[in-house]
Amino acid sequence: MSLDPAAVRRIARLARLRVDDAQVAQIQGELNSILGWIDQLNEVDVSGVEPLTGGAAMAMRMREDVVTDGDLVEAVLANAPDREGPFYTVPKVVE
Amino acid sequence: MFELSLAEARDALRARKISARELTTAYVGAVEALNPRLNAYITQTPEIALTQADAADAALASGNAGPLTGIPLAIKDLFCTKGTRTTAGSLILSPFVPPYESTVTANLLRDGAVFLGKANLDEFAMGSSNMTSAYGAVTNPWTRIGDSTALVPGGSSGGSAAAVAARMALGATATDTGGSIRQPAAFCGIVGIKPTYGRCSRWGVVAFASSLDQAGPVARTVEDCAILLGSMAGYDDKDSTSANIAVPDFAAACKRGVKGLRIGVPREYRMDGMAPEIDALWQQGLAWLRDAGATIVDVSLPHTKYGLATYYIVAPAEASSNLARYDGVRYGARSPGHDLTELYENTRADGFGAEVKRRIMIGTYVLSAGYYDAYYLKAQKVRALILKDFTDVFQDVDALVTPTAPSAAFGQGEKMDDPVTMYLNDMFTVPVNMAGLPGLSVPAGLDSQGLPLGLQVIGKPFDEETVFAVGAAIERAACFSATPSIRAGA
Amino acid sequence: MAYTLEGSTGTWEIVCGLEVHAQVVSKSKLFSGASAEYGGEPNSHVSFVDAAMPGMLPVINRECVAQAVRTGLGLDAKINLWSRFDRKNYFYADLPQGYQISQFAHPIVGEGVVEVILADGTTKNIGVTRLHLEQDAGKSLHDQDPSRSFIDLNRSGVALMEIVSEPDIRSPEEAGAYLTKLRQILRYLGTCDGNMDEGSMRADVNVSVRKAGEEFRTRCEIKNVNSIRFVMLAVEAEAKRQIAVWEDGGEVRQETRLFDPTRNETRSMRSKEDAHDYRYFPDPDLLPLVLDAAWVEGLKAHLPELPDAKTARFVADYGLSAYDARILVMEQATADFYETVAKGRDAKLAANWMMGDFFAALNRTGTTIETTPVSAANLAALIDLIADKTINGRIAKEVFEAMVETGDAPGAIVEAKGLRQVTDTGAIDAAVDAVLAANADKVEQFKGGAEKLFGFFVGQVMKAMQGKGNPALVNEALKQKLS
Repeated sequence: MSLDPAAVRRIARLARLRVDDAQVAQIQGELNSILGWIDQLNEVDVSGVEPLTGGAAMAMRMREDVVTDGDLVEAVLANAPDREGPFYTVPKVVE
Repeated sequence: MFELSLAEARDALRARKISARELTTAYVGAVEALNPRLNAYITQTPEIALTQADAADAALASGNAGPLTGIPLAIKDLFCTKGTRTTAGSLILSPFVPPYESTVTANLLRDGAVFLGKANLDEFAMGSSNMTSAYGAVTNPWTRIGDSTALVPGGSSGGSAAAVAARMALGATATDTGGSIRQPAAFCGIVGIKPTYGRCSRWGVVAFASSLDQAGPVARTVEDCAILLGSMAGYDDKDSTSANIAVPDFAAACKRGVKGLRIGVPREYRMDGMAPEIDALWQQGLAWLRDAGATIVDVSLPHTKYGLATYYIVAPAEASSNLARYDGVRYGARSPGHDLTELYENTRADGFGAEVKRRIMIGTYVLSAGYYDAYYLKAQKVRALILKDFTDVFQDVDALVTPTAPSAAFGQGEKMDDPVTMYLNDMFTVPVNMAGLPGLSVPAGLDSQGLPLGLQVIGKPFDEETVFAVGAAIERAACFSATPSIRAGA
Repeated sequence: MAYTLEGSTGTWEIVCGLEVHAQVVSKSKLFSGASAEYGGEPNSHVSFVDAAMPGMLPVINRECVAQAVRTGLGLDAKINLWSRFDRKNYFYADLPQGYQISQFAHPIVGEGVVEVILADGTTKNIGVTRLHLEQDAGKSLHDQDPSRSFIDLNRSGVALMEIVSEPDIRSPEEAGAYLTKLRQILRYLGTCDGNMDEGSMRADVNVSVRKAGEEFRTRCEIKNVNSIRFVMLAVEAEAKRQIAVWEDGGEVRQETRLFDPTRNETRSMRSKEDAHDYRYFPDPDLLPLVLDAAWVEGLKAHLPELPDAKTARFVADYGLSAYDARILVMEQATADFYETVAKGRDAKLAANWMMGDFFAALNRTGTTIETTPVSAANLAALIDLIADKTINGRIAKEVFEAMVETGDAPGAIVEAKGLRQVTDTGAIDAAVDAVLAANADKVEQFKGGAEKLFGFFVGQVMKAMQGKGNPALVNEALKQKLS
């Protein structure tokens, strides 16, 4: 499978990465090179194989329902690039 | 002072032969002197280090010393450190000061360690050369004989490995997603271990690929790594993938020897075009182990050759999602935009470097509608086959030994023309991450140009002890005493 | 008779399914230890995990899992002992991680069913496709600043259950009945408070229309409708819009829409037009959720009696009509109140008092079963006073009004106001004699055949006795003296 320029733009948009027109061809080449190399997996017969999702072979632990965290307004907001009082801010969203 | 190993420095501190302040002052001086040449640290924290050293001296004086009291370390800048800027090697986190301490670094502080600063790395740990750091390349303290070309230290933990090799730290934290501890350890002539997935908590470590990321130490000796891992490891209820398994005495395991162990040699690792020097060193390592009483067994890992391609689906997929949080809203750098989407797109385009963007795009693509089954699901199935290969051979052997990397350190700027060329660096290390196994790199010799080469020891899940035993046996036999040309105290 | 809509080209049927988002009742969030309580200072119920700070990791809350299992059991649904969390990836200002942790491929609860009762007395089963756990998002405030939106993450990471119905709903009434019943079950289970004003329960409404016998046509999804009445209105408004589109020769486009209650119409959500590709994949920070069958059985053993079972028991044990029983079990608290009042007493009388004067008083005074000053014990005592003839039914109403006003016990009110029923036949005879003497003309008329005047004499006697005369004894004395 290989990507055309429209697909490169679509992926960049999904990933919220601004891509300038001048960059599209180069990115397209790099991604297609990687994808072409990945295509070697087509050789592998995986019929009947259960996918392996993670690195740990255990069941999930559960924590008790206790409030142990929060009330950290200043720490939570300390790194915000822009804030207003106790809020984070973004450019106005029109719904 | 710089010739002391971590274990020796610890003993000298306890015997009050040196003070923590003396030791830390020496290392702070080394960092100040050498960092302009090597760029191993992004952020230096001498004041913090000296304060910690004084506290260490007080603890030593009162007999309350922990396992690492007074030991100066470098912390890979992927570990969040409370009150100390943490960048992940990225512009997007350039202003970020965490209000929390990662579990691993908190464990080290608990045990008395001194933090010299934050070590350089490939951006978000994505790279094998440290060339992708937004804070500049790291220079390997080793050079080829008669050639001053600046070499890469490997990656992504290049700053950690270079700092330890150049005696700018007694040890360092590192992380390994596809080889990021072992390959730089090999390139810099030091030891590094990626423990079993789940051994060290991932809480507070900036995530790259969650199902593969593991923290581990780099240090100058196998025993030093064992001491550091003993502090870093341990169950953490804040990480759902942390294993609730007791941490054994890794340092003791280094003295076990290999008599009676069965060491597997995966035949698929002998790939076409492998450098003869690498192959020769591998054979030498196996001979040493045989001499020490181990049995060498030929084994097969048929799917190992697909490890890298599988990795370059799984890791970017997870990364594309893990890095979505860097959006310029709650922390980090922000580039303005007229609306929310523009703010996101500008922030992420300006804040991420080319390799990170490339991987985010690959990851986004392999998860997208219509391609998930062909790429991501397929990769998960191949991953299952890779794990099965290892599980099968570990029925018969106690550990595997392979080369760590297909070459010695290369020049800065080399292998940059095509992303895939760079990716091939990790061909021997990646399968270990895919299977979640422990893997250690130990320096075993020099190539004809005078650069260090490493051998990799792979163990069963949660059997780091055998890995340390085998690694220590190679270390003893190799008597690796070469030192890099650029180092403190030289 | 099936519900249909008439268009210019014929008769149309509605096809509707609901995705209900129900906030799980828990103290802390699904994957963090921050408070899940509604409200609070902005960004105060937020941990570093909820703010998606670098390196933060989720750890699941056992109670949220238990609540989902209880809900599944309450919906007669299959509990999946193996389930898994996936990431749903999209960017939004109130989604700090850039993904929502949800269950896409392997939900914790599988197929179930909700039986609803319609106005005509018929019942209908609405299938439940699945129930899964997921994280709520934060909140964007758009009206605080001319150029910026403000973000509050207090809701970010609170546990939600998404309960997806089959497209079995065929009318606005069925949609309303399904939501009402679902809300009732959740409230009985204590797994969701069902408070739609605070957004604890909201619905995405999928609507399409078709002609009889057709396959499904294209559907539209109306997002985030936050009252049962609005859901019913939205179903009808959207169905009518789609019929108009089809009948104009147009094509209904699959899209996300919003319901505008002030104009009673749906409109397209342009901000969501961006082609969605959520790139679901298993969350690598979490492991599979594996439940112990014995643990599930333990939860099952401790489930409360649910509305349908309670209704049946009220009919059987208290001799109520199914209709009355359903009204009394509508809310758990009402049913409990009723049982306290009815136990060991005339259950029918207790039901009449509850559904009559008691409910009327709640309505009139704007109180609820939890806040009314009339306790169940006091209402029971009032019924006891009627039963042992301490007061008659008419006085009881007066006593009840005083109870509503003061919260006092009925016995105390009766004593204080001297409302005890008079059964002394001497006093009754004296009152009867006085009334007959004062109304000699009417006595003549009565004896001349105007028998309806008997009621007049009863009224006059009771009036003379301030209503406290025992009605039976008064009747008896009058009959005797008039014969």
